[in-house]
Amino acid sequence: MSRERTGGEFADRDTDRDGLQGPGPDERERPSGRRSKEGVRVDPEAEASHPARRTTISALVKHEPGVLAEVAGLVSRRRFDIDSLTVGPTTNPETARMTLTIEEPEPGVRQVEKQLEKLVPVISVRELGRDAVRRELAVLKVHDDDPAAVEAVAEMFDARTLDAEPGTVTVEVTGSSAEVDRAIEAFQRFGVRELTRTGTAALARGNEWTTDAEEERYERQPVDAAATDSASATEGAEAHTDDD
Amino acid sequence: MSEPAPAAARPTEEEPRRDDERTEQSDEQPTETPSTPTTGADAAIAALTAAGVEHVFGVQGGAIMPVYDALAEAEAAPTHVTMAHEQAAAHAADAYGQVTGEPGVCMATSGPGATNLVTGIADADMDSDPVVALTGQVPTAFLGNDAFQETDTLGVTRPITKQNYVAGEADAVGPSVGEAVELAGAGRPGPTLVDLPKDATTAETTGDEAPEAELPEYYEAPEFAEESAVDAAADALARAERPLVLAGGGVVKAEASEELRAFVEAFDVPVVTTMPGIGAVPEDDDRCLSFAGMHGTGAANMAVSHTDCLFAIGTRFDDRLTGGVETFAPEAEVIHADIDAAEISKNVEADYPLVGDAAAVVEQVHEAFAERAADATERYADWREQCHEWEEQYPMTYAAPDEEPLKPQFVVEAADAATPDDAIVTTGVGQHQMWAAQYWTYRDPRCWVSSHGLGTMGYGLPAAIGAKVAAPDREVVCFEGDGSFMMTLQELSVAARENLDVTVIVLNNEAIGMVRQWQDAFFEGRHTASEYGWMPEFEPIAEAFGAKGFTLEGYDDVADTLEAAFAHDGPSVVDAQIDPGENVYPMVPSGGDNSGFALSEGQL
Repeated sequence: MSRERTGGEFADRDTDRDGLQGPGPDERERPSGRRSKEGVRVDPEAEASHPARRTTISALVKHEPGVLAEVAGLVSRRRFDIDSLTVGPTTNPETARMTLTIEEPEPGVRQVEKQLEKLVPVISVRELGRDAVRRELAVLKVHDDDPAAVEAVAEMFDARTLDAEPGTVTVEVTGSSAEVDRAIEAFQRFGVRELTRTGTAALARGNEWTTDAEEERYERQPVDAAATDSASATEGAEAHTDDD
Repeated sequence: MSEPAPAAARPTEEEPRRDDERTEQSDEQPTETPSTPTTGADAAIAALTAAGVEHVFGVQGGAIMPVYDALAEAEAAPTHVTMAHEQAAAHAADAYGQVTGEPGVCMATSGPGATNLVTGIADADMDSDPVVALTGQVPTAFLGNDAFQETDTLGVTRPITKQNYVAGEADAVGPSVGEAVELAGAGRPGPTLVDLPKDATTAETTGDEAPEAELPEYYEAPEFAEESAVDAAADALARAERPLVLAGGGVVKAEASEELRAFVEAFDVPVVTTMPGIGAVPEDDDRCLSFAGMHGTGAANMAVSHTDCLFAIGTRFDDRLTGGVETFAPEAEVIHADIDAAEISKNVEADYPLVGDAAAVVEQVHEAFAERAADATERYADWREQCHEWEEQYPMTYAAPDEEPLKPQFVVEAADAATPDDAIVTTGVGQHQMWAAQYWTYRDPRCWVSSHGLGTMGYGLPAAIGAKVAAPDREVVCFEGDGSFMMTLQELSVAARENLDVTVIVLNNEAIGMVRQWQDAFFEGRHTASEYGWMPEFEPIAEAFGAKGFTLEGYDDVADTLEAAFAHDGPSVVDAQIDPGENVYPMVPSGGDNSGFALSEGQL
């Protein structure tokens, strides 16, 4: 073991020292600016808060065990105000899509995006525009004391009847979150026995890609005529089998 | 803690590798001999070896036994350092990683072995230190059945690792371990973990024994920041009257010290560091105001409060640095360079975000600023003058009376004076840590190894072991408090067994002093559970472990005792009985304004 020393000198004690010196906190010049509690520099006089806004974030993730737990853990640990989180496979067996609806002040929204992006199995993340296509599903089981009235309400909200038995009707409602809310409220008059609803599933509208990665990974392949033919042939064959 | 292993199967740690014997053996065998089947455990060791891992810190146990066996059998394998406790293995690996810049590796068995690693992994996660943890696990068929020594290690460590893996079959072991090592050191460093079910490590592999380790498919760490963002940041610096560089731990990790020093020198900009950033710039440089934050220097905190342009590099703006974020650098435009985009505007909004590697980004800003900074150095003259005034107004000093009791700051200064400039300081957590940060002059990166974000008491000794293994030719000094030391002092057995020449200086005030200080300040002096009047004598404790023990009571003995402790070839412990009334100042009250630092309890 080496024990070379550059100095080899020990510190000398200065017994005249008598502790820390300098003007106290009240005598010091203090800056006049300030920041909001989100760390944003603001006018010292202005109100310093950022109102929360509701938005949808889409994340393309690797389709492997543990990703949902990782995302859910991130969201709960960092106390993001999350309304819904849905996950499902995509056309690519290696990837899945998560859709999060959150209500956060602006800096919080950016943080959700960046924290998600940072997770190793997350491929790409994007906040969707206001015009994105958003859908939610609710399945409700209502008392069926007045079948005609239930049917009328169902029609009004484009609800599909999934099951009808003496005493209960089970219907499915899809739509925006607000539409689903309104439908559930309308069905309340019959008494909703049980209810289950999903979070929001969303895609960007039109030609826009939902996340950057998709643009790279799913660039539309030219339609292969032969493949299309064989696909329809298979369909035909299946149909034929069914007929048998 | 560990499942008892049959004596024959237990690898002998005292003679970890009989390289000579094995070389002879292999010489006897023609190279064409079909290779013996390799198992998942062999693949784990091969992956570590291929990644250049030289040391592994760990503790044996039932589920990890196949990996230890493979470690002992492998022709080329890392050297294993058996620790007394798994937590210490993680801390030692962490310190090893900090000193070398390469991932430190620790190993433990399933269940309690893995959970004992957790504190060390969390510590590494908070400080962005590159650590790889390999944990044994019950066989996959037993997973989820509450089998003996089973813990959901993946679930437990998910929030405190950069990424964790379960290698569910033999062929997955090598690639997972390889990827874990790569990932731990890539981009923003951090801990990774591979959980190794026993059946995966004992089964034979079918594929390539040691495939080349790769980063995960989608992992990207940017190197250069966007040019337009760099230009905007340089414009902001050029406009500034009172610019300040804030160097965080990321500067050290990115090996960006040289680039940063060049920048600071070229434009004569005052610079402060965070606690993890200590050593990023030499503290004896005229432009360095030392570190800012809760117990930082008065000058550093005044500068942070008054700057109009803060160039922050590789920091996450921890609350111990910022105090109340409402009052942090309130007049500053913030340029924030970080390799982790998620750090930008997390705690303090960045007006100019620069996402990239610290060394690359500092050079980019340097170049861009050089074009705009014709008059910068003159324009900053008043500001530099102001910073120097603050340094004179708020000198780091302490009362050094003629009589006892001994002041801890003096012990730190004396140890600094008696050791070479490249000595490595490790610490536990508490008052002693702050004195070691304040009164030792750090001149280089990777000389200051401490537990910052997590604040883990007991970090110092295992870290000293890791540091000494990483840098056997450098002096390693460990400052511990009596309360902190008690948490991991069993590791003295390791230091003694390995004959590691580390010097532990216990700043002993018979208390968890930082808690007592806060109780005095904020709990009306009620010293609930903070005074440790029943502390053992550390000198005979050191001797019992096979280390050299010293007791230091008065000023007259400081020089001789430290000299003897440093001269001892092997671990030594100096029980420095310091003034129990001494507290750490300056202090920014928690959540307070940096410029409102108190110089004494009366000012809180």
